[in-house]
Amino acid sequence: MTTTTRRSQPVGSPVGERTPRRRRWPEGRASRAFRWLSTGAGALILLVLAAVALFLMIRAWPAMTAGGDVLADEISWFPDDSSLLGFIGPLVFGTLLAAALALVIATPISIGIALFISHYAPRRLANGLGYMVDLLAAIPSVIYGLWGAIWLAPRLEPAWQWLSGTLGFIPLFAGPASDPPRVILTVAVVLGAMILPIITAVCREVFLQAPRLHEEAALALGATRWEMIRMAVLPFGRSGIVSAAMLGLGRALGETMAVLMILSPGALYSFNLLRAGQHQTIAANIALQFPEANPLGVSALIATGLALFVITLAVNMAARAIVARRKDFSGAN
Amino acid sequence: MAKRIDVKDLNIYYGSFLAVADVAMSVEPRSVTAFIGPSGCGKSTFLRTLNRMHEVIPGARVEGTVAMDGVDLYGDGVDPVAVRRSVGMVFQRPNPFPTMSIAENVLAGVRLNNRRISKGDANDLVESSLQGANLWNEVKDRLDRPGSGLSGGQQQRLCIARAIAVKPQVLLMDEPCSALDPISTLAIEDLIAELKNSYTIVIVTHNMQQAARVSDRTAFFNIEGTGKPGKLVEIGATGTMFSAPSERATEDYISGRFG
Repeated sequence: MTTTTRRSQPVGSPVGERTPRRRRWPEGRASRAFRWLSTGAGALILLVLAAVALFLMIRAWPAMTAGGDVLADEISWFPDDSSLLGFIGPLVFGTLLAAALALVIATPISIGIALFISHYAPRRLANGLGYMVDLLAAIPSVIYGLWGAIWLAPRLEPAWQWLSGTLGFIPLFAGPASDPPRVILTVAVVLGAMILPIITAVCREVFLQAPRLHEEAALALGATRWEMIRMAVLPFGRSGIVSAAMLGLGRALGETMAVLMILSPGALYSFNLLRAGQHQTIAANIALQFPEANPLGVSALIATGLALFVITLAVNMAARAIVARRKDFSGAN
Repeated sequence: MAKRIDVKDLNIYYGSFLAVADVAMSVEPRSVTAFIGPSGCGKSTFLRTLNRMHEVIPGARVEGTVAMDGVDLYGDGVDPVAVRRSVGMVFQRPNPFPTMSIAENVLAGVRLNNRRISKGDANDLVESSLQGANLWNEVKDRLDRPGSGLSGGQQQRLCIARAIAVKPQVLLMDEPCSALDPISTLAIEDLIAELKNSYTIVIVTHNMQQAARVSDRTAFFNIEGTGKPGKLVEIGATGTMFSAPSERATEDYISGRFG
């Protein structure tokens, strides 16, 4: 930079000739090095992804090729009269159900908190609240599990009784509600609390970036604050909200400890949210069975892990598709 | 539709900082009033008090009265949201809603005021507003495309269409051409000349030729130094202001000796 500007001044040429010492690392080489560094970092991601996928497939292979009777014979906890898919199916179902419920519980609350922080709260309160939300994200999941199992579950039990009593005609809430409530809805509440901070934090950042220009446009048209949010903030933040929810979903899908500590497991395709012994998630099942599994058992567990891997990939792709669908109207153009 | 505005003894504060002091002026209906003055003299701030948009900034407040046809906009029980519905505003940078189509943009304000509008009425309103903003012929084939795909000048005319779609009493324009090229500027200026037949228009501009071209009356604002409040130096018929202003500061500014 300095050399070029100096060289452009004919009078300054003697000064310009003294500078080559600084060109031992000319800009060209530094930027080339940085380009390779960043390319390498990008490639590393693909490499890790491929390595994980490869590991899962190789290690799951024995279980995938063994027949259902062999698996049932060799693995103590493998269900009789079932194939590998028959074993994985209910686990996938339980995983998706728990994560989806958690998302349904957490997303609206998160959006509410994020909007409060970004557009309603006075600045000092907003800062404090934002900090608290970040702290919530730092709590280890095993703590959430303890809290959910010991403190929250007994307190939710009356609520679940009430739900099954008043809304029991809806199959989701059909009674009798189990006591203690080691049920999937309790798990979903705890998972919801766990993914709340990440969704809130991302949404808050997105809402704060809503262009002032458009907020003022809405206000100048005579919008109330809520109308302004609906016109200028939420549409702008739509893709951000989807990304936030997907981040949360990713965390909920893979969550192990909280589920393990709360849920009384089962292996059914059941939409009954208030009964124990109906569901299990992939991650919790792996954690539960892995310590005492024989080689074929480990292989079967890894096959379930492969399923989880595929689900997570699919969820992320779906999220990207949703975000891209209304690209023209995203405001990015 | 057009109403007059009478401002008396208006002081504008940001927190404890007095930004604009002691403004008194009248804005005549069906005319264009231009505010000129150096940067930071408070003309935009003052403009935003005419539809209570300055209140968007925390700590902003006013003392004094701004009366629209005799009704004080700052009186007890006056809702700023209602004020903004009758006093439209066009901003410095075109700001159509990027998530809405051209037609939705035009209808944005109407949907706030009157949620139920039949499809036929909505189409008529879109057409008449866009025609009022001289934009109809350019966009009539792509009303369902995003407004952000238009050129800057077209976007600004879309914003004007959006503002006039709610049939305001007064239209405020805060340097509406400063982000536009000369041809788009000309289009907006022609539009202002047409709009003044039905609206009261107040325009802030940095371009003195523009003030001379479009306005009937011109107000000159000035500031003595940083930290001092901006003040209204004088207001008068545009012809007089540019040929024979009564204040020395006005003459200096208009002839380019400062600012």
